[in-house]
Amino acid sequence: MSSPAPTPAASPAATWAPSRRELERRSVRRRLRRRSVLVATAATVLVVVVLGVGLVTSPGWPTVQATFFSLEDARASFPTILDGFWLNVRLFLLAQPLILVLALALALARQARAAWLTPVRVLAVLYTDFFRGVPTILLVLMFAFGMPALGLQGVPNSLFFWALVALVVSYSAYVAEVFRAGIESVHPSQLASADALGLSRAQAMRFVVVPQAVRRVVPPLLNDFISLTKDTALVSSVALFDALFSARDYASYSFNFTPYVVVSLFFVVLTVPLARLTDHLQRRARRREQAGGR
Amino acid sequence: MSALLEVSALRKSYGDRLVLDDVDLRVDRHDVVCLIGSSGSGKSTLLRCLNLLEEIDDGTIAFDGREISDPRVDPREVRGRIGMVFQSYNLFPHLSVLDNCTLAPRRVHGLGRRAAEDRARDLLDRFGLAEHVDQHPDRLSGGQQQRVALVRALCTRPELLLLDEITAALDPELVGDVLTAVRELAEQGTTMVLATHEMAFARDVATSVCFLHQGRILEQAPPAQLFTAPREERTRRFLRRVLPDVPTPPPSRSL
Repeated sequence: MSSPAPTPAASPAATWAPSRRELERRSVRRRLRRRSVLVATAATVLVVVVLGVGLVTSPGWPTVQATFFSLEDARASFPTILDGFWLNVRLFLLAQPLILVLALALALARQARAAWLTPVRVLAVLYTDFFRGVPTILLVLMFAFGMPALGLQGVPNSLFFWALVALVVSYSAYVAEVFRAGIESVHPSQLASADALGLSRAQAMRFVVVPQAVRRVVPPLLNDFISLTKDTALVSSVALFDALFSARDYASYSFNFTPYVVVSLFFVVLTVPLARLTDHLQRRARRREQAGGR
Repeated sequence: MSALLEVSALRKSYGDRLVLDDVDLRVDRHDVVCLIGSSGSGKSTLLRCLNLLEEIDDGTIAFDGREISDPRVDPREVRGRIGMVFQSYNLFPHLSVLDNCTLAPRRVHGLGRRAAEDRARDLLDRFGLAEHVDQHPDRLSGGQQQRVALVRALCTRPELLLLDEITAALDPELVGDVLTAVRELAEQGTTMVLATHEMAFARDVATSVCFLHQGRILEQAPPAQLFTAPREERTRRFLRRVLPDVPTPPPSRSL
């Protein structure tokens, strides 16, 4: 810690130099900090070593290593899995914005109070109740196999399209509830002061309630999106060549399960940065809106 | 006898903003020290520093003869001996009044459930809260909540009580209840440091009043002196603003 940078002469900070006691205190703090870093490192190393040793000394380890952690099979299956994973990523990137828009619309429809919007409200309730209740994998199967059979005009008939629709339908029902919880957590006094300023109900929602609600639900939203990245693997059940389908394909003719581990790593690599990004956004919002650590 | 609390050359800044500058303060046992001054003068920050809620930039704080501003001191140990009440009560809304008051005695001070509850009921009773023991704080009025907060702080039998503008968030007609409770504590010899805007109260109860201005204790004196014959022009100006009836001392008395 250096002394504060020189500031304009009028500032009292310019004339202040830390006392000897304060310098002593800083060195003690530094020492304490060093010690806690040391303890943290030692503890981490110890835990990792113990877990590692426990794993490789277990009786079945050689077999497990050969069937799940074969470097050779990992290398051989990697290119097809990578190709397949691109399909998962595309599904995720397309589904996510659609889900956000549809879910927010559903949440707002449930909040609507105008009399003529009653049917919309009822439909929104039925929609969330129904599609949250049906397992996502069944939705994928029914949409992907059933909808093309309808022979609808003007919509794509590809498996990819209908699998995407199934994911959007299922997740928007979940995410709508997250949004609704966020909207309801905004204190009623906020609506009252928006009313008092003469804002219409729609304006109050648009400018006051929803912005606060969205910020509050970012962590649970991210949770749902991590879940979504993983559930894109459900499309392998309708024979779409995604990462999991490619891995299964490889595993079933080589009798080696290493590709499953490779697929897992792909998903982890995708989701961890997402989590860190949200943490960062949250911290920034907190710093901006709340007085320092009160 | 040594002072219970001795602050010297305390300095605290948030980034570039200097909040406390070279503050010296001595509190003996049974003292009631009132901190007055406009908002932003550093009263709250000073109290937060005393309870080690803020890391200070320089100076020392000694409590009962031991320097507590040393980084090796366990702040929880210090806070076990110092009670604090906040402007906005900060009661725990998920606990009943009784549980709010027994939480620290049981979990921090290792008191048995029975003993903690007896102590809490006794104090709640004394402050006129007996009938609200099993209610949750949000059901009570602001004045009642603040008295609960006071009892919660007292239940750990602190040697020093820090009160941070505890009547500032209350309706005028509820202020009296809380001040009566504090006055009672003062009469029993509780050592207190309190930030307040209630000048009449400070005049009656304080053993010593400090006027803070821009992070410094500009003037410290017994209330009789500070309120009737303030030494500093700034103090006079502040008092004129908050107490329109304060007599302007003849020019010869001022320094």
